[in-house]
Amino acid sequence: MSRPPHRDPAPSRLAYRVQRMMLTPIYRRMLRFGLPLLALALVLLIALGSADRRAAIAASFAGLVESVQQRPEFMVNLFRVDGASPMLAEAIRRMMDLKLPQSSFDLDLTGLRDRVMQLDAVQDVDLRVEPGGVLAAHVTERVPVAVWRSGPNVELLDATGHRVMLVGERNDRSDLPLIAGRGANKAMPEAAALMVAAAPIMPRVRGFVRMGERRWDIVLDRGQRILLPVEQPVAALERILALDKAQDLLARDVTAIDFRLKERPVLRLSPHAVAERQAARGQD
Amino acid sequence: MTDLYQSQRAMRNMRRAAIQRGVIAILDVGSTKIACLILRFDGPDRLRDHDGVGSMAGQSQFRVIGAATTRSRGVRFGEISVMNETERAIRTAVQGAQKMANVRVDHVIATFSGGEPRSYGLAGEWELQDSVVTEQDVARVLSACDVPDIGPGREVMHAQPVNFALDHRTGLGDPRGQIGNRLACDMHMLSVDAGTIQNLLYCIKRCDLELAGIASSAYVAGVSSLVEDEQELGAACIDMGGGSTGLSIFIKKHMIYSDSVRMGGDHVTLDISKGLQIPLAQAEKIKATHGGVYATGIDDREMISIGADTGDWDKDSRTVSRTELIGIMRPRVEEILEEVRARLDAAGFDHLPSQQIVLTGGASQVPGLDGLAARILGQRVRLGRPLRVQGLPQAITGPAFASAVGLCLFAAHPQDEWWDFEIPSERYPARSFKKAIRWFRENW
Repeated sequence: MSRPPHRDPAPSRLAYRVQRMMLTPIYRRMLRFGLPLLALALVLLIALGSADRRAAIAASFAGLVESVQQRPEFMVNLFRVDGASPMLAEAIRRMMDLKLPQSSFDLDLTGLRDRVMQLDAVQDVDLRVEPGGVLAAHVTERVPVAVWRSGPNVELLDATGHRVMLVGERNDRSDLPLIAGRGANKAMPEAAALMVAAAPIMPRVRGFVRMGERRWDIVLDRGQRILLPVEQPVAALERILALDKAQDLLARDVTAIDFRLKERPVLRLSPHAVAERQAARGQD
Repeated sequence: MTDLYQSQRAMRNMRRAAIQRGVIAILDVGSTKIACLILRFDGPDRLRDHDGVGSMAGQSQFRVIGAATTRSRGVRFGEISVMNETERAIRTAVQGAQKMANVRVDHVIATFSGGEPRSYGLAGEWELQDSVVTEQDVARVLSACDVPDIGPGREVMHAQPVNFALDHRTGLGDPRGQIGNRLACDMHMLSVDAGTIQNLLYCIKRCDLELAGIASSAYVAGVSSLVEDEQELGAACIDMGGGSTGLSIFIKKHMIYSDSVRMGGDHVTLDISKGLQIPLAQAEKIKATHGGVYATGIDDREMISIGADTGDWDKDSRTVSRTELIGIMRPRVEEILEEVRARLDAAGFDHLPSQQIVLTGGASQVPGLDGLAARILGQRVRLGRPLRVQGLPQAITGPAFASAVGLCLFAAHPQDEWWDFEIPSERYPARSFKKAIRWFRENW
């Protein structure tokens, strides 16, 4: 027998309104995202309200970081320097001033490299932490090619003109040619080319002198001097050497060979040679 | 008239806004059931991808995304008699449909069958100022129609221009731009009881919904169950509901007459209940499972156990033959159809070129009804089912939902009504800014 339903199938006014509200997009979004976010914000606000709790959280986080960083896998125990002379290696060690063992997280490799690069004798350094807890520095040393006497200092220069080190006196490195004069280090590449070109007369060369920061003189023994031009000094030197080879120019009694002007080379004779020449010409 | 203009225009604007938003609800407030459908308007392009023309020749731009039906309460003869009960029933239906659609609706288009709809034919004439028909001329000829006295406490529900005539040419659908001297129009106006509309409006407002349109159920049932050629050539749709039977006559795709008989399937049920002395619910069940209008020899031997819940064994275990049941049902069905016949005759249906009659509505599902109707109404009778629209659940494709489906079509393709045309400029209130603009546009 079908009876009338006991329960009213109609929704109450409230249920109807609530259902319509829940079907409204903004309410649904608020309920799905806004309410959880609000609850989360509230929890955080309450939890982080007190200062000592914040400090405790920060301390525990710092401890965690510390414990990971201090693991033996990350510790650096040894510092090795490759490709440097013992003296330079010692200088680098002193410069770095490392307190080993230390965690590799605490090493500031770029800062350390900058500090090592401050040394004049170091051209380049490659710092890296190698497996096994070794901090390795692969050093490229500067190679001195000349001794520069400037004012009170006597310095060694490399091929680019950079200072390698100070030396006490020139004879400490008598195997290297001497250069002198102001600004000689800036023209070092040119000097190096001149040194190569002057190889045949190198035993006689006393030194190279930068004149007025623009050109070179070559000072030979017996008080002789070669004055080279500003432009193309190497070519001029080669001409002089060719003359020397053909006519023994440098062996003669000249005090200066002036090639500053290409078109007008000038030889300055010694007083004795001048007298001899005049006598040979029949003049008194 | 101005008041009506404004309320109907407001409803039209609301409907347009709702369609723009994409979701609108359909509410069929019947005497037996209240159906709520929720439509989603996608626009034509979104449904176009599957084939060239689109479903139903591109007519359906909408899709039913929610549907719910509930037993109607507090509605008699298609009119609300108990407001609270009806409000609860509407709430049930709307909530179910919203739950299925998972979307909230705010605008609702409603239909009902009661309120004693009355049809009026209106005619108007207008001499054209210059020989070309403009929109202003159409507005003027519509306002020139002489409105009959529809009686106190009644309101106009539909006022549709059905025909325009220009000089001696008639049957124009859209006279704009044509050349002539005298424009005439015929209009069909449907008035219903104002109280009925007020009650419905109140119920819908109590459900936090806004009424975005209202239509006569006889009209929308015709829209959905008459096929295109029937609407074009002339046909009558008889929507046999629970509490009332609506009839609407269509020709040239316009409704030209509508009326209702205040009898329906509920009266058949009531007759069974009285005749067999059983409760109404049981009577309804017996009617639906064993009912008919033509008795044959085998029906004498088909015994139906009718129960009752009195507790008296002898009374509760009675049986009747199906012939007896048919003997109770048939006179009432015949009475309804006779009444419909009388209304059709009064409307002059027999003068129409094609006299197709389509039976639809829940009460038209009685077996053998088409045969009986053919004897009373004329030979060309068929049973109609509503058009298939996209997304309609299988359970509500039956003839009982003809007016709900028709209301969907009505929402998608509303018929131009009187208030949709421009207001003639002399009817504008003075100092209107629009009037100034119009004057400017017309003179410059």
